[in-house]
Amino acid sequence: MAVTERTVLQFSPTLTAKVHPLVIFNICDCYVRRPDQTERVIGTLLGSVLPDGTVDIRNSYAVPHSEFSEQVALDIDYHHNMLISQQKVNPKEVIVGWYSTGLGVTGSSVLIHDFYSGEVPNPIHLTVDTGFSNGEGTVKAYVSSNLSLSHGEQQQAGGRQAGDRQLPLAAQFQEIPLDLRMVEAERVGFDILKTTMTDKLPTDLEGMEASMERLLALIDDVYKYVDSVDEGRVAPDNNVGRFLWDAVESLPKLSPAVFDKLVNDSLQDNMLLLYLSSITRTQLTLAEKLNTAAQVL
Amino acid sequence: MAANTMVRSFLQVAATEEVAPPLRVVQIEGLVILKIIKHCKEFAPALVTGQLLGLDVGSVLEVTNCFPFPIREEDEEIEADGANYQLEMMRCLREVNVDNNTVGWYQSAVCFKHRYQSTLLGSFQTVELIETFMNYQENIRRCVCIIYDPLKSNQGVLALKALKLSDSFMELYRSNNFTGEKLREKNLSWVDIFEEIPIKVSNSALISAFMTELEADTPVIQCDYDRLQLSTSPFLERNMEFLIECMDDLSMEQQKFQYYYRNVSRQQAQQQAWLQKRRTENMGRKAAGEELLPEEDPSNPIFKPLPEPSRLDSFLITNQISNYCNQINGVAGQSFSRLYLTKALHEN
Repeated sequence: MAVTERTVLQFSPTLTAKVHPLVIFNICDCYVRRPDQTERVIGTLLGSVLPDGTVDIRNSYAVPHSEFSEQVALDIDYHHNMLISQQKVNPKEVIVGWYSTGLGVTGSSVLIHDFYSGEVPNPIHLTVDTGFSNGEGTVKAYVSSNLSLSHGEQQQAGGRQAGDRQLPLAAQFQEIPLDLRMVEAERVGFDILKTTMTDKLPTDLEGMEASMERLLALIDDVYKYVDSVDEGRVAPDNNVGRFLWDAVESLPKLSPAVFDKLVNDSLQDNMLLLYLSSITRTQLTLAEKLNTAAQVL
Repeated sequence: MAANTMVRSFLQVAATEEVAPPLRVVQIEGLVILKIIKHCKEFAPALVTGQLLGLDVGSVLEVTNCFPFPIREEDEEIEADGANYQLEMMRCLREVNVDNNTVGWYQSAVCFKHRYQSTLLGSFQTVELIETFMNYQENIRRCVCIIYDPLKSNQGVLALKALKLSDSFMELYRSNNFTGEKLREKNLSWVDIFEEIPIKVSNSALISAFMTELEADTPVIQCDYDRLQLSTSPFLERNMEFLIECMDDLSMEQQKFQYYYRNVSRQQAQQQAWLQKRRTENMGRKAAGEELLPEEDPSNPIFKPLPEPSRLDSFLITNQISNYCNQINGVAGQSFSRLYLTKALHEN
């Protein structure tokens, strides 16, 4: 009877995760509202798996829990109820993992991770450091894989064939790359989301002004760069040069007359629209006056 | 027992009603804005609604959280489900210490007109909105409706508005009386139906610390790309289309009024003629010494007062039109700046 023992450390394939800013907001809000006795907040992550394999984390909700020393108790009923309610609104969002606040992965996290592994095959564990222990707010995502020793047993005929038995020794939490691009937050405007209090929402024109200022700053930077390359202060970079060339080339090549005509036509169209809308408003005020002022004698 | 004027008995305090200061500003948390945007964008162009939770403090209405409603089918059984869902969500959120107080609702700026066309771009002023307001107002003292326009936000503007029905309009609506005299009495015109309340955005210190950290380092952000786009014609075209449709509706309403007035004046002429006839008859009878006939005859159909058509619809349509006009103004203004920018760029 030959028994071969092989020690195999198994790694899962690397995933990437993408986190939407709403999730961070949710987690911070739940952390701020946590009951006084608990140190950290635990909750479920919802999202979907994109066709190219990245996990898209779109939403989250907190789950009440209690921890003492190494034991953790999670309110599973609450978790299921919230899941059902959330899925009524958005059936496409499914559980993709769980989150906890605080830096690093603790011992009790393994238990919770096991529970979530029951719900989803490969859950993502997100940690959001609300304590800013490293001097910065770190958001990290982990996937766990079981480290195990695998036994391969081969027996002669007459005995039963035993398959590979794997005894899990430990769980290794492996960090996976996290994409924190905040496209929606950019849309709303970081100024609104950054400060603790804004007085009013910016109007269209203020936003336009801000965009144009940024564009102007960019153009200034490009000028400075080109000047310094010209004077030999900075070594020229071919890639940057190619980008600049593409940008300049993307301006349509029209003769000044044609271009002027284009611009003037558009200007006139806009003026026409403004005129139309002003006329409509005058008409409305008139109609209003006529309607209510008319009296039946 | 010395009567102390400084100390009021409990009964006295309970008896004096507190006068609520008028609502001056709505304070929304960044979290709520992101949630609303996410929900409306996912289901655009369908109409989505959700509930707002928060606190009512003095002249500020704080909105601290919200949750979306599932899309409701036109089925009677689902009504009870909807109520259950709401209760369930409120209960769950309460367990994590979220404010359990409803302060209003939000919806995306879409409405379905009776002609099975979905009119987008901000034509949300409908009778349903008013009715929802009245429903909420019965239970909550102050409620607000937040409207978000996902299509307009693609132009780079955060199209978020907080609306409230004005008090005078609410009283009028309760009495369901929209005749001309009533409106003149109250001096109410179509601008007075909805009041727009300024919005303030607040964020907790923790989240602002996070955002400051996670802010993208790039000098140009996504909404710059949206704003500096040159092609706005599809948006403007659709706006104009809806504007024209609304003008058609408005002219129909005007015709109804004209018809009514014509009928009323015709009826009055008939009344006068009949009265004259009665008078001559009476004179004849007096001369003959018979009983005089009464000068009024309520059973005669020409004396029946004609119902005046309600002005509510025309008001709402007028509101929608003015909304479209405002939008056109805004977008045209932006296009001006963009066109001048391109002109300057080309001159170089």
